This record gives sequence, C-alpha cells and structure tokens, in this order.
Amino acid sequence: MGERLLTIKDLSTHFFTHAGVVKAVNGVSFTLDRGETIGIVGESGSGKTVAAMSLMRLIPDPPGKVVEGSLMLGDRDLRTISDDEMRGVRGNDIAMIFQDPMTSLNPVMKVGKQIAEAITLHQDKGKREAWQMAAKLLARVGIPDADKRVDQYPFEFSGGMRQRAMIAMAISCNPDVLIADEPTTALDVTIQAQIIDVVREMQAQFDSGVILITHDLGVIAEISDKVMVMYGGRTVEYGPVDEIFYNAHHPYTWGLLASLPRLDESEKTRLTPILGQPPNLITLPAGCPFTARCPYRREECRDKWPAHEAVGPDHGVHCWIPVEERVAIRAGLPHFKEPAA
Amino acid sequence: MSLLEVRDLKKHFPIRTGVFKRTTGHVYAVDGVSFNVEKGETMGLVGESGGGKSTVGRTVLRLTEATGGEVTFEGIDVMKASRSDMNTLRKDMQIVFQDPYASLNPRMRIRDIVGEALKIHGIGTEAERKKRVADLLETVGLNSEHAERYPHEFSGGQRQRIGIARALSLNPKLIVLDEPVSALDVSIRAQVLNLLEDLQDEFGLTYLFVSHDLSVVKHISDRVAVMYLGKIVEISDSAVLYTMPQHPYTEALLSAVPIPDPHTERARRRIVLEGDVPSPANPPSGCVFHPRCPRAQEICTTAMPRLTVMGDAGERHEVACYFPARFGDGKRVVSDKPYTDALPEPKA
Repeated sequence: MGERLLTIKDLSTHFFTHAGVVKAVNGVSFTLDRGETIGIVGESGSGKTVAAMSLMRLIPDPPGKVVEGSLMLGDRDLRTISDDEMRGVRGNDIAMIFQDPMTSLNPVMKVGKQIAEAITLHQDKGKREAWQMAAKLLARVGIPDADKRVDQYPFEFSGGMRQRAMIAMAISCNPDVLIADEPTTALDVTIQAQIIDVVREMQAQFDSGVILITHDLGVIAEISDKVMVMYGGRTVEYGPVDEIFYNAHHPYTWGLLASLPRLDESEKTRLTPILGQPPNLITLPAGCPFTARCPYRREECRDKWPAHEAVGPDHGVHCWIPVEERVAIRAGLPHFKEPAA
Repeated sequence: MSLLEVRDLKKHFPIRTGVFKRTTGHVYAVDGVSFNVEKGETMGLVGESGGGKSTVGRTVLRLTEATGGEVTFEGIDVMKASRSDMNTLRKDMQIVFQDPYASLNPRMRIRDIVGEALKIHGIGTEAERKKRVADLLETVGLNSEHAERYPHEFSGGQRQRIGIARALSLNPKLIVLDEPVSALDVSIRAQVLNLLEDLQDEFGLTYLFVSHDLSVVKHISDRVAVMYLGKIVEISDSAVLYTMPQHPYTEALLSAVPIPDPHTERARRRIVLEGDVPSPANPPSGCVFHPRCPRAQEICTTAMPRLTVMGDAGERHEVACYFPARFGDGKRVVSDKPYTDALPEPKA
C-alpha cells in the first residue's frame, strides 16, 4: 500500500438536541492509505455517515459537534485549519459521493455547469475550459453522448447516470480521498454493478484512497481491502476484508453475516436474525452498545467499553468475551464459514 | 385449480399532457403477464424498477384497475367482481406495503390500525375485536400492550410487523407482499423474513412476494418470475432458476448481485449490462431486452418471444428468449441458431 492519507483517532461526534445528547460517533479510529479501499459497514444509525461528514467538517453546528479526536489529512489537522483552508480541502483533497443522486444535484442547473463550477472553484481554469473538462469527465465515467448530455438538466438523466455525474464531479479535481456514502443503495443491481466498476476504475487511475460506506456486505466483500464494522457509534471490529468475513471476532459481525439471505446457498436454511431493536443513541450504555442484543453478554458489558484487542494482523476487536471463548462460540455457529484454503 | 390464476394481465397508464390533459401516450407498466400461484406456495416477482412487479401485485387486488386480462382467485373472476363481491374477496386477499412509515396512519392507534378491517367487515363485538388485535400483535412478535400506542413510537421493523398484523386480521388466504423488507436493516430484515415463513406454516398462507432483491426472493420463494419492462422473461421453480438461468437477463441479474464472501466474489465473473432500463412509455420493439442483451441478433428486434417450456429443467421452467442457455446434458450451451418455437403465434 502507498502513502498514508488519513489518520483518524478517537473521533467522537455528538448532537446536542432538546431530547438529549445523541452520541452518533464515539471514539472511532482508522487510517486510509493511497490505493486502499476501506468499507464502513453498519445499520442505519450506527454512525457511518456522521463519521464521514465529520471528516469533511460538514456536521451542522449547532446541534452537532466533533467533541473529541484528531483528524489528520497528511500533516494537516482537519479540526483546526481555517474554514478557507477547509474549503480548499473539500473537493481538492477529499471528495464525497452521496447516496441519493437526485437530491444532491441541483435540479435547476445544467449538469455540465455543476461540474464546471466545482472545477473553477478549485482550479485555475476559465469557464469555457471547465465546461470542456466537464464533458470529458462525463465521457470518462461512461456517459454516452457526453457532449450532448453536459448541456442537460439532472431530470433528463436516469438514476445511474446521475450517480455517474456525481462521480464525475467528485473526481474533477483528482482528490486523494474519495468518500462514497451508500453510492449504489438507490440503484438497481445491474446499474449498481456499473457504478462499482466506475468507482474501481477511477481509483485505479488516480490511485486514491476510497472510504465506502454501505450496509451491503456483498458490496463490501467485492471491493474493500479493509472493513470497519460499526454499531451504535462505536467501531466494534476492524480488519482486512478476509479477516472480517472468515475470522470475525465480534458477536455483532457474526450476527450480520448470519442474518443475510445468500444467493450462493444451495439449500434453504433458516436465517438467524439479530434479536431486538436498534439502539437509541441518546440512551446508549457507557459500555458496549450491542449489549442489549448480544446473546453472549455478560456483567461487565453494559458499563465498561472493552479496550481494543488485536486478534490478527491489523485486525482488532472490542469485546469482553475472552478470545478462547469467542473462538469456541464461533465454531458452534451454523452459518460460520471457515475460509477456503 | 390454482389459488390464483393470472392470464395476459395488462396495465397501461395513460400519459396526459397539456391543459386539456389529452392522452399522448401510455406507460406499459404490465404488458401481458400470466402465471399461477398454488395454495400454500410463495411466488416471487423479481426485477428492476420499472419492471412492473408492484403493479402486478396491485392490479391482482384491484387496487388499480387492469387494462386487460383475467385474474381468477379460487375460480372467481376478480376483474368482473362487483363492489360488494370485491369486499368479500378482499377478506381473502390482503397486502403488506413496502414503506412502514407511509403505510400506517400516524394519527391512529395501533389497535385501530390493526382492527380497522375487522370493524369494516363487522366482525365480532368491540371486546372480541380488542382480544383479536391483542392476539394478532402477539402473533407477529409484538406486545399486546402496544395496541394503545401510535406508529411513531415504533422502529421500522416493528412497524412492518404491525402492517403484517393488519394484513392477517381477516384470516386471508393470499397476501401480496410488496417489497416488505426493502426498507429494513439487515438484522431486522431476517427477523421479518422468519416471521413471514412462520406465519405461512401456521396459517397455510399463500404469498405473492414482490422484491428487487434476488437473495431475498431466492430465500423465501418456491417459484420465481423474472420481470423486465412489463413482461415475464423467465419463470421457474426457485432452485432451478438460480442454478440454471436460461434468459440472459436473469443471468445478468444473478451475476450482478454481490455475494458476501470475498473468496467467492473474487472468483466470479460478472456480466455487466450496458445502459439503463428503457422507459416503459416507449418500450423497444421486438424483445424488450434486446437493446441491452449481449446475445441479441436480428430476430430479437422483430417480435417479443413468448414464454416456452424447453424441458431442460422440467415442465415448470419457462423462458421467453430466442437464444436461451440450454442445459441439455448438464453443460451450459448457447446456440447461434435462434430457437424459433419462441416466435409468437400469428394473431388469428
């Protein structure tokens, strides 16, 4: 892997609302290298998006606030640089693709103009040149008739094409870091396959680091190098993709893997759901947020957050169950698959 | 006799433009769809958005009126049923909607939501209905005390359980499940899928399960119909469809679904279809899939192939394609010569 792009340490982002403090992200740490894809997986409300928005400094304040942690882009501290400098970082160094391409594009502005705007903002380019670059970018992300399309409005684009336009905008300034927040969730599977291909190609071309936020473990298995599993604002497990799928150590990761209906299972088996309901982020316990739904919980779980425990190369977990016991429990799980040699 | 028989079902939505709302075209949402659903079985309808799968579900229940075709439920012609007949029929045919946030009235208490159908059909006394609602809530895994609450007090998964309790209240025979788990998180999705399976076993329910998610459809269905632009392109028993897909669209759909297993995923070859699903207002001539089809030849542009049994995987596997994958002696073969039996019969 290449040079280190991002170092996130102990990031906590809270929202101070009338109902109470919503602890959306609590002590999340990870790093991103050039050419690497890290997948952040978790359910709605697990803090995946808020973590990424904190990085971009896009958390609305009030009510939100990054209350703790260091966010380093190379040697620049994203928490302390000025707003002006931050504007330079967005788009230039870190770009983001959002889930819903319809609401993130301006409906009354031509697609070409929206891309050109991003270019003129960050690069020393004239209007005309920027417009031509926009057309080239659209062609590069696989939009047919790009010269004509650049002159159209978002409503004239299909969902897949809008997402391609978003990607074109995101890569317009060759960012080092690309954050893709559920980029394919709103799309059909055949279109999803196209978009994943585009993201992959762009990454190869620019050698950027990609943060992929998704709830789809299939997409994670397909393109991630590393995976961070989040639950209730915490990272419960973090490691290389194979480790997470074949050597998972956290009960929540087991639960996620067991609850998926799979296309590749030959006989019909009953799914093993995670019991209970998602946690309320205002009344999170001080300890492990998964406690209430964990079938293996013990006394210490609710009140104390377990320390990071290394269980493999670059693979860490936060869990109170002793490691031998975890391995024993896992061996008895019906859905658990040992890796093919 | 099958519980539900659908013959040549059509639903064309008019496109109206201008001040006078003149009809300037039609959206061919469902265009000649036929299938049977046997009692106690789960029929999956799968495909991408714009394929017409939800419209089939709604038209079968007459929530929208069909443009043409026949729907027979237990031998009764649903399309010709009068208003009062329809009321009786609806006791046997219920629906669960996709969005558990939009499908429950936020101003009604759960007991009124779940008990509404009982009240409309004049079933039981007030006290009996209350008891029934409490039982239903327990059946779907909620607490009977929840009856006094409002929808906003529940999470997405719990709301979907409420929607299911409402559908169950009249002891229906058929339930149309329109993307019932699409809005739910994976861990909750598994809970609801298991619940649906349990209820089917317990009450002998028949499901028409509409979803864009192939893994979910495979998991829950006995039979699966793949829809593309208002037509069924392939229909078969679930196990066969997933191991021996004959239609190129089915193949592409299956290969596009990422599998949550990195080793498998790295070893797979993906068929990436080019382009987008065309607009159902202006479907391509000939086979609706031909502009995106990697196997398309000239014959494909002439006429939509009809569903035919090839017998490679038994009599229950039908496919509408001139160049289907064949599994004659266990090996997959795609011929260059068109399969002309799939040509539509000339109109008499």
